Amino acid sequence: MIDMQEKLYKVQIDDIFEGPMDLLVHLIKKHEMDIYDIPIALITEQYLEYLQWMKAINIDVAGDFILMASTLTKIKSRMLLPVHEEETDDEDPRLEIVKPLEEYLQMKSAANELIARNLLGEDTFVRYPNQENHSMDQDGEIIKIGLFELIDAFQTILEKISEHRGVDIITADTVSVRDRIVQIVEIFETRKSVTFNELFPMNTDKSEVVVTFLAILEMVRLSLIHIVQNTQTGIIRLFYL
Amino acid sequence: MEDIKNIIESLLLVAEEPLTIDRIKDILALAGKKEIQNALTELSSEYENRKGGFFLREVAGGYQIRTRPEYREWIKRLIQPKPLRISKPALETLAIIAYKQPIIRSDIEHIRGVDCGGILRMLLERKLVRILGRKAIPGRPHIYATTKQFLEVFDLKNLEDLPTPKEISELSDAASENMD
Repeated sequence: MIDMQEKLYKVQIDDIFEGPMDLLVHLIKKHEMDIYDIPIALITEQYLEYLQWMKAINIDVAGDFILMASTLTKIKSRMLLPVHEEETDDEDPRLEIVKPLEEYLQMKSAANELIARNLLGEDTFVRYPNQENHSMDQDGEIIKIGLFELIDAFQTILEKISEHRGVDIITADTVSVRDRIVQIVEIFETRKSVTFNELFPMNTDKSEVVVTFLAILEMVRLSLIHIVQNTQTGIIRLFYL
Repeated sequence: MEDIKNIIESLLLVAEEPLTIDRIKDILALAGKKEIQNALTELSSEYENRKGGFFLREVAGGYQIRTRPEYREWIKRLIQPKPLRISKPALETLAIIAYKQPIIRSDIEHIRGVDCGGILRMLLERKLVRILGRKAIPGRPHIYATTKQFLEVFDLKNLEDLPTPKEISELSDAASENMD
């Protein structure tokens, strides 16, 4: 008896969270149906019965479930119409659910293949398992910095560049601010923080420096990052949120 | 460079992320890509012959020394990693993004038949997916794609390395098994 209740409970949870497609898959499996030849009357009846049951135990039946119910009913009624021999190009009305079912099943199986791989942090490990190691408090005391400190830092970098470059070399590949944001996000995917100076290598040209700076400002605005400065070293660090 | 293999091995040991051949080339300065590739292949087969506690994996466009899955239980006694804890719906959503990227939310929801907002937020937070930009259609919806972190976690060389989705004929059986 206890077993039964637990089983019921589990089914209930799954079905609420996984939506109408999962309910269909469940019914197809339960009745061992061929997805290319679904007995539409049976599955519609079963599906509606399920909705009734869900309502009975006071589950808020979401709109998705109702929509699927109406699709099934529509297909069922179209199946009942007599088929005229001459209208052979009429496709099977069931295709309307077969196609999405195919795709859904395929993605479900892909998900199962993914989780079966040797997962990092689960099956296989690296020497530095926690990228969170570079935590903020490692650097000692820090303060959040304002726009002015940031602009100061930017000016220092600009000066540094003009010292290094006597002649402006014309370069064709310029990066847009948006591309640069993507590049910076990619850096953050591998580590939690980056120093301000790291984003401005010595040999970059002025336009690139400007683009990078604008990218940083934009990222702050979108609250993708926040910026802090160490009170002792003056090093400015960017943290990915 | 005679000891190129040893140098690369030492780099691999210390690197905090998968090392790309380009990165190794930058460091070694004098070595060619071919030479580096050969050294990596040699290292990998040495590890295979030795059958020790770790091996060389090609992940996320680079190379990384990782422990062999056989020893996972022992490592978990040492470091108690945070379990990955990814729910089935989240995993399905992630699979859809991985295979169909770049993809917008409504297309993901169309396949799954349910709202995916909460799951997407969680996947973003865990840096398994990222927003590539916005699609130039009404509502300018976000475009989603997977991250480098995704490749690292799921032990994939690159996106082409994703297992080919099974044909539907094989699927009916697979799906039935998965239901249980």
